[in-house]
Amino acid sequence: MSSVRVLVGTRKGAFILTSDAKRKDWRVEGPLFAGWEIFHMKGSPVDTNRIFVSQSSGWFGQLIQRSDDGGTTWEPVGNQFVYDGVPGTHQWYDGTPHPWEFARVWHLEPSLTDPDSVLAGVEDAALFRSSDAGASWTELSGLRGHDTGSQWQPGAGGMCLHTIIQSPTDPGRIVVAISAAGAFRSDDNGEHWKPINKGLRSEEIPDVDTEVGHCVHHVAMHPSRPDVLFMQKHWDIMRSNDAGESWFEVSGNLPTDFGFVIDVHAHEPETLFVVPITSDSMHFPVDGQLRVYRSRSGGNEWEPLTKGLPQSNCYVNVLRDAMAVDTLEDCGVYFGTTGGQVYVSANGGDTWEAIVHDLPAVLSVEVQTVA
Amino acid sequence: MIRVILPAHLKTLTHVTGEVHLDLSGPVTQRSVLDALEARYPVLLGTIRDPATKKRRPFIRFYACEEDLSHDSPDAELAREVIEGREPFIVVGAMAGG
Repeated sequence: MSSVRVLVGTRKGAFILTSDAKRKDWRVEGPLFAGWEIFHMKGSPVDTNRIFVSQSSGWFGQLIQRSDDGGTTWEPVGNQFVYDGVPGTHQWYDGTPHPWEFARVWHLEPSLTDPDSVLAGVEDAALFRSSDAGASWTELSGLRGHDTGSQWQPGAGGMCLHTIIQSPTDPGRIVVAISAAGAFRSDDNGEHWKPINKGLRSEEIPDVDTEVGHCVHHVAMHPSRPDVLFMQKHWDIMRSNDAGESWFEVSGNLPTDFGFVIDVHAHEPETLFVVPITSDSMHFPVDGQLRVYRSRSGGNEWEPLTKGLPQSNCYVNVLRDAMAVDTLEDCGVYFGTTGGQVYVSANGGDTWEAIVHDLPAVLSVEVQTVA
Repeated sequence: MIRVILPAHLKTLTHVTGEVHLDLSGPVTQRSVLDALEARYPVLLGTIRDPATKKRRPFIRFYACEEDLSHDSPDAELAREVIEGREPFIVVGAMAGG
């Protein structure tokens, strides 16, 4: 019988939540790596026992941990992320040149085909690959070396590469997103890159439809339709039907189109989930009501999902990597909050339950469907 | 024998419960102590010093004999008390509250 393993990264450690396919009774393990910031943890789709973790600390720097037994035991692996060549500069918040400096790993994306291969998105924005299960890391420097690299500028959270999408049908295609540079695509396995931001408009920057400079918060794709991308930008929900060549807005009737997370139903490629957040200056739900919004039409028409979620006095945030879906027959949807709750819906969003209430602030949520 | 005291998080990483004891040949300096420490516990690479430049991480301090050695030359010989094992070389994570 299938089960699910929810991997939760928090400000003060990692937690693993497991359940059978009913998703009613949960076992909570953790904190693992107690006291450390766990920006992301993700399992290999090829070998569900292999899990990679980004463990970091303002004091002690970056570590990568790997488990080969589904999270029972862990081994620290390579933690040297050295930019290729002379790193040069990007723009600082005030527009002045600032040297590229490694801060942390925001996102780990294991290969769809090779359990020893994994990509890492880091701050200051760059993409690294390991082909030896995390023992060593090499920068895919064509991204940072793009002509526009010196113009990239950090968002409030730092200049982070936070989203990595690998095409299941075209092994050379990778899409990444950087705050606040925008989205980029490679069609040759990371050697060369181009910005894919046509159609984005950001009123917060001098040139509203610039090639780079947009604060993309997250991008999602359904594996059956790799050319269709959905984006939660700083403001605006965007859609592309041509692998990012062009974007159009699908915010529709949302109460606000600011937010961080966006995800796609496991079996319905036109069903999307977002969590609207009041504004860029008020990082909490509208009117203190935590509502997931679902579109069954690929955007524009949205319905609020509230059953089981707090509908008063709720002022948490849901960060960009803190939503995931499982692949069970009744698609499970999961998200974590900065208030330490992790919610599950075992019925595609119709009703919700808190798996845990009082974890440290949740930075990321991933889920493995384990046979 | 050189005695080294690690901060709590680094004790957890290295599975050390008490002090670390190191035997060094040659000059006893911050650099040689940290080199020996990282050689014994490779997991510490990058947690105390930048792995490339070997510069102390910003929120790490080095104390010994009631003195802050953080800004001393990494190649300066440590105090006789540290070299003879009468005082520990202490790696400290800067205090933070809130």
